[in-house]
Amino acid sequence: MNTRDCGHIISASSPAKGEAGKTGEWRTQRPVLNEAKCLAVRANKDICFQCWAFCPEGAIERKPGGPIDLTYCKGCGICAQICPADAIQMESEYDSPESTKSE
Amino acid sequence: MTSILEIPADEYMLPGNRSCAGCGLGIGLRYILKALEGKCVMTVPACCLTVLGGMYPISSITVPWVNSVFPGTAAMATGLVAGLKALKREDITVLAMAGDGGTYDIGIQGLSGAAERNANFLFVCYDNEAYMNTGTQRSGATPKGVKTTTTPIIGKIHSPKDMGQIMDAHNIPYVATTCISYPTDLYDKVKKAKDIYGLRYIHLCVPCPSGWQYDPKDTVTIGQLAVETGAIVLYEIENGIFRLTGRSRRLANGGKLKPITEYLSAQKRFANLDTSSLDELQEYIHKRWNEFITKDKTLTE
Amino acid sequence: MTVLNQQRVNNTHNHLSNPKTYPPGQHVVTGNQSAAIGAFLSGVQVVAAYPITPQSPVVEELAKFIEEGELPAEFVPVESEHSAMGVCIGASIAGARVFTATCANGLAYMCEQLHWASGSRLPIVMACVNRAMAAPWSVLNDQQDSMSQRDAGWIQLFCKDNQEIIDTVIQAYRIAEKVYLPVMVCYDGYILSHTVMPIEVPDGNKVKKFLPPYIPHTPIDISKPVNINPVTLADPRLNADGVLCHGYMEHKYLHHQSLRNSLKIIEEIDIEYKDIFGRSLGGLFSEYKTDDADVVIICAGSLSKMCTLVIDMLREQNVPIGLVSLRAYRPFPNQKLSVALKNKKLILTIDKSLSYGYQGPICIDIKSSLFESGISSTVISFVAGLGGRDIKPYEIAEKAYDYWNKFNKKELTNEIIYESQWINCKY
Repeated sequence: MNTRDCGHIISASSPAKGEAGKTGEWRTQRPVLNEAKCLAVRANKDICFQCWAFCPEGAIERKPGGPIDLTYCKGCGICAQICPADAIQMESEYDSPESTKSE
Repeated sequence: MTSILEIPADEYMLPGNRSCAGCGLGIGLRYILKALEGKCVMTVPACCLTVLGGMYPISSITVPWVNSVFPGTAAMATGLVAGLKALKREDITVLAMAGDGGTYDIGIQGLSGAAERNANFLFVCYDNEAYMNTGTQRSGATPKGVKTTTTPIIGKIHSPKDMGQIMDAHNIPYVATTCISYPTDLYDKVKKAKDIYGLRYIHLCVPCPSGWQYDPKDTVTIGQLAVETGAIVLYEIENGIFRLTGRSRRLANGGKLKPITEYLSAQKRFANLDTSSLDELQEYIHKRWNEFITKDKTLTE
Repeated sequence: MTVLNQQRVNNTHNHLSNPKTYPPGQHVVTGNQSAAIGAFLSGVQVVAAYPITPQSPVVEELAKFIEEGELPAEFVPVESEHSAMGVCIGASIAGARVFTATCANGLAYMCEQLHWASGSRLPIVMACVNRAMAAPWSVLNDQQDSMSQRDAGWIQLFCKDNQEIIDTVIQAYRIAEKVYLPVMVCYDGYILSHTVMPIEVPDGNKVKKFLPPYIPHTPIDISKPVNINPVTLADPRLNADGVLCHGYMEHKYLHHQSLRNSLKIIEEIDIEYKDIFGRSLGGLFSEYKTDDADVVIICAGSLSKMCTLVIDMLREQNVPIGLVSLRAYRPFPNQKLSVALKNKKLILTIDKSLSYGYQGPICIDIKSSLFESGISSTVISFVAGLGGRDIKPYEIAEKAYDYWNKFNKKELTNEIIYESQWINCKY
C-alpha cells in the first residue's frame, strides 16, 4: 500500500474527532452525573451549563443533563469540581462495571 | 457582558484531541473560536497548541490553520493578512496564537515589528508561564521563585516581563488580559477585538496541570484564584483607555483580594518560596493592584 | 503530479503593463533595478523585505513603484529578514504572488524560513544579491551566502548579467508556480547589483501572457478547513476516511522529485521564453566554445561572463579551451553536464565560495557528476574572489594556461589534485 492516493503535495490535515484516538482510554476516573441534583435537569431548562462551559475537551453537550462523551472524556474532573450543585462525581474507572481497566 | 447561557453552542475544537487532561488551553480555544464564529485563519508556532491541533493527516480544529516556525507567528500572520488583502478576501480574521515562549521570548521581535506596523490581526498569547510543550523550562513569563526543569533547585531568580505593558507601549488599538476561568470575559474581549482594525493583543492566562503541578480538576479554580488574589488582573486598554474588567473590576469596586498564599499553595511549583519571598510577592501584588486601580479612571462608572 | 484542493482565485494582474519610467525597450539600469522591474512585470502582489547592502535598492525601487500607485501590491517593511520570509510564506499561502530580496547574513538569518518555504512548496521568488558571509564583516561579493543555503530545497538560478536578472525573475515565477517550489535568483553583489548595463525591458503585456495567474495549492477556505504543516509522523498514517497519507519521508521524496523534475521545466520554460521574447538564458547552463575544447572552465554568475574573455585570450594562444557557465545550481544538471563534459581532458572549476574543509561546491558537484557517468577527466578546484577580491581575466588565463601545460606534461601533483587552488591569495 502506498501513499500516492492521498494526493497531498504538502502536509495538510482535515478535521475529524479523535485525532489522538479514543482519549476516553486515558481516564482513571469517570464523571457520573446525578440527575436528581443537576440544576438544569431539575428545572428542565437551559440553565447553568457550567459543566459544558468549562469542559476543556468540548465533550459535554449543551443540554440539561447533556451526556458526557465518554469516548473522548479524558477524566480531568473539572466538571465535577465546577458543578455548583455537586451533581457530578468522579468515580474510579477500575471499580466501574463497564471498565476494561485493571489495577 | 455576555453570560454563559448566551455563548453560542457551535464548537470549532473537536474532542479526542491531543491536549493533556485538564489543559486550560482547550477551554480558552473554544471561546476564542466561538467569538470569531469560526471565520478565521489561525497561525500557530511550535507549542502546546500545535499538539492540541493534531498530527497529519487529522486536525482537531475546524477552522483553517497555518503552522509557523517558532519565532515567526507574527510575521506569518502579517503575511496572511497581506496575502488575503491582495486577494480581496478581507472578511477573514487572522488569529495568531502563541504560548508565552513564542510571545515573550523567541517571538517578541516579530510581534513588536508587527505591532509597530499595526498589522491587522489578533494576537493571543496563551500564557502558561513556562515552556510546557518541551517539558516546563523557564520562560520570560515564569514567575519569580517557580521551580521549572531549568530552574530545578532554587527556582527562577528573575521576575517575568510585563507583556501587557510592552504591547501597550506599542500604541496598538487594543490590549487585554484575561483568563480561561472567566470564559465570558475572554469571549467578550475577542468579540470586541474582532471588529477593531490593527494589531489587537489579548493575553490569556492558561493554568497548566503538569507544569504548575496541581490536580487537573483544579484548572478552573486555580485560574479563579489567580484573579481573586491579584496574581492575574483582568483589564483592557482600548485606544489608550485602561479599564479593569470582569472579576477584577468587581474586586476593585469594593471587593478585597484574597491573600496570595491561597493561589500559591494550591500549586507545587511555588513550593520553594520562603516567608520573606512570600511577603515580598504579596507586597508587590498589592502595589501593582493599587497602581491598576489608580490607572483605571472609569472605575466609578 | 496531482494537486488536490487547488484554489482558483481571482488573481489577475491589474497593474500597469510596464512602469512609466521603464516602457518596453532598451534601458540602462543596475542589476538591482533590473530585478525590481522584473518583479513589477511579474505582477507581484506582496513585497516584504529588510534592508541589507547591496540588496536594498531592489526593494527601494519596488517601494517607489508601490507608493506611486503604479504597482498595486502590499509592501511590508519588516523588522528582519526572518520576518521578510515569514511574511512571504504567509502571503503565498494566502494565494498571493510574492517577492523578496536579501543576501549574506540576511539570507542566513532566514535559514529556517527557507526550509519552511520549500517544505510548504510555495512559489516564492527571492533575489539573492550574492555577498560574502561574515565574520569578519564584508559587504562585497562572493557566493558563500547562497551556496550555504544550497540544501534548503530551493531552486537556485545564477545570472550572468543584468539582462539575465530581469529575464530570470520573470521565468522564476513561471517555474516556481509550475512545480510549486521557491526560486532564488542569484546575482553578484556590486558587480551586477550596482553596475549599470543596457538591458531590454520586455513588454508587460507579453509577460502577462507568459505568466498566467497563480493558482495556490494551499486553500484558506472556511467551509473546507485544513491544517497546513502540522506535526507529521515518520510513518504514513490513515486519515479519517481510511486513506493512507504520507509520512514525513514521503513528503520529502515528493519535494525532492519536484526539484529533480524542475530540470526539465527550467529548460522548457526558457525555450518558451525565447519564442516570446527572443532571448534564451541557456536553460540549465550555457556553453561557449566547448565543442572542440579539451579544457573547460566551469563557474557561475558574472564571473562566467568575464570568462568568455579568458576563453578568447587563450584560444589566441591555441589552447583548446571552452566555458560552461552554470545557470541552475539546484537542481544540479548532473546528467546534462556529463554529456557536455564527455571527452574533456581537463576541467577547471572556479568557485566564489567554499565548502570549508573540502573544496568549492561547484567543483564537488562536477566531480560527482563525472564519476556517475564514468568520465575520468582531471578536475581542478579554484577558489577566487572571496569577500570581493578582484578577479582579473589575465589571472584566470594564466592559471588555465599553466595547468593545461602541467596536465600535458603530467606535472599535476597531489597537492593540485586534492586541494583547492586559491587565485590571487597573497598568503
